[in-house]
Amino acid sequence: MDCKLALKVNDKDNVATIFANDIKDGTEVDVRDKSGQGEKVHVKGDIPFGHKIAIQDIKKGELIIKYGEEIGIATDDIAKGEYVHVHNLDSMRGRGDW
Amino acid sequence: MEFMGYVRPDSKVGARNYVAVIPSVTCANDVAQAICRQVQGTVSYLHHQGCCQMPPDLERVTNTLISLGHSPNVAAILIVSLGCEGTDHARMFEELSATGKHVEIIHIQEIGGVSKAIQAGTDIARELVIEISGLQREPVDISKVVMSIKCGASDTTSGMASNCVIGYVADKLVDLGATVIFGETTEFLGGEHLLARRAVNKQVGEKILQIVDAMETRAKSIGCDMRKGQPTPGNIEGGLSSIEEKSLGAIVKSGTRPIQGVLEYWEHVTNQKGLWIKDTPGREPEILTGMAAAGAQFMLFSTGRGAPQGFPSMPVIKICGNPNTYQNMKNDMDLNAGLIITGEKTIEQVGEEAFAKLLRVMNGEMTKNEAIQYFSAIDIHCLGPVI
Repeated sequence: MDCKLALKVNDKDNVATIFANDIKDGTEVDVRDKSGQGEKVHVKGDIPFGHKIAIQDIKKGELIIKYGEEIGIATDDIAKGEYVHVHNLDSMRGRGDW
Repeated sequence: MEFMGYVRPDSKVGARNYVAVIPSVTCANDVAQAICRQVQGTVSYLHHQGCCQMPPDLERVTNTLISLGHSPNVAAILIVSLGCEGTDHARMFEELSATGKHVEIIHIQEIGGVSKAIQAGTDIARELVIEISGLQREPVDISKVVMSIKCGASDTTSGMASNCVIGYVADKLVDLGATVIFGETTEFLGGEHLLARRAVNKQVGEKILQIVDAMETRAKSIGCDMRKGQPTPGNIEGGLSSIEEKSLGAIVKSGTRPIQGVLEYWEHVTNQKGLWIKDTPGREPEILTGMAAAGAQFMLFSTGRGAPQGFPSMPVIKICGNPNTYQNMKNDMDLNAGLIITGEKTIEQVGEEAFAKLLRVMNGEMTKNEAIQYFSAIDIHCLGPVI
């Protein structure tokens, strides 16, 4: 079986980006950091190419970190392996509605 | 290191040799377009501004059109004026003539209407093209390069692959004494603190924060979540969840060198060197116009979803970060950074390929969008209402 890769850009990140096709519920992905160190994570749900998963449990209201910086706030509790996108991540900028 | 370019009277160096037919107002577009259709070696800027706007915007349009004429890829200029427009066509003529380039102007109302203007303009443009078409390229130092950079139709590969390649090239050009300009102020939101930290001094840092604040204030004044506007539906489908995520991936393309200052949207570089910001929105027609007006000879443009746009007088080199998109849109993509995602090449390897390509483009090699003339979507970014 070919290795399904997900990249964690910065050590502080709590999400990783999957660069592989056909990621289905239960698929095991290899989450690699900058130095190439890996950790296997079982994906919860189907994830499209280039989308993100949580690589640790994230509580509702906690910050979501990528590139070592905040990219939004969790609007739900997110479990490790779960899909992270606009359904459970709120942008904090350009919010004329807040 | 040298390239072969056209040395202009103001000592700037062009990578192309065009007669620019510049409509001073949108109402002159059809005449300008008809002239360009007839006369080879001409390009036009078919924008939608120049009348019934607030005075600061009219000045902005006048200044932007003047800066487009300053572009070193432009050798001679024909201004097509209607006659009653809000832009200052007399100032355009004066300031562009001061560059030492041959500049002519026609006024549609004065000359007796559209068909007469097309005839007169065609005859003038033909003479200008004949006059400049024999100009020769000469070897010049690479420090004369002005590169503009942008990412468009981004996805999550942009920040991981193609923008990293642009960052590599940007650092290399800055180290060689050239000029690099990046923009897309909207895509600093969430990453502005990182850019401000790289400013050459405190004033520049404050200016960066100020242009971001102004852009965010304009967006917030509409009273809704900016998403779907920025990031775009395509960005979101590509995996980008928020403007913060898009921004952090976008600013990677500016490389790592200090930021020397901020250029206004309409401004052209005189002899600024190093890395500069230009205050522009992210949308293609407006940023491409702003970057051509800056005097960039070409743009290095990164994409993940597949953005095919070009600009009339500024070749655009497309570098694709998504391996699936590259396979699907090879005809529009000049370089494949998707090989970084698949682990087949490093950022440095693709960076050197991009550098070699840009040298060839500076020497005259066409880009894919240039060869098929996919470059009519241009516009000038204005701030106030149309009135």
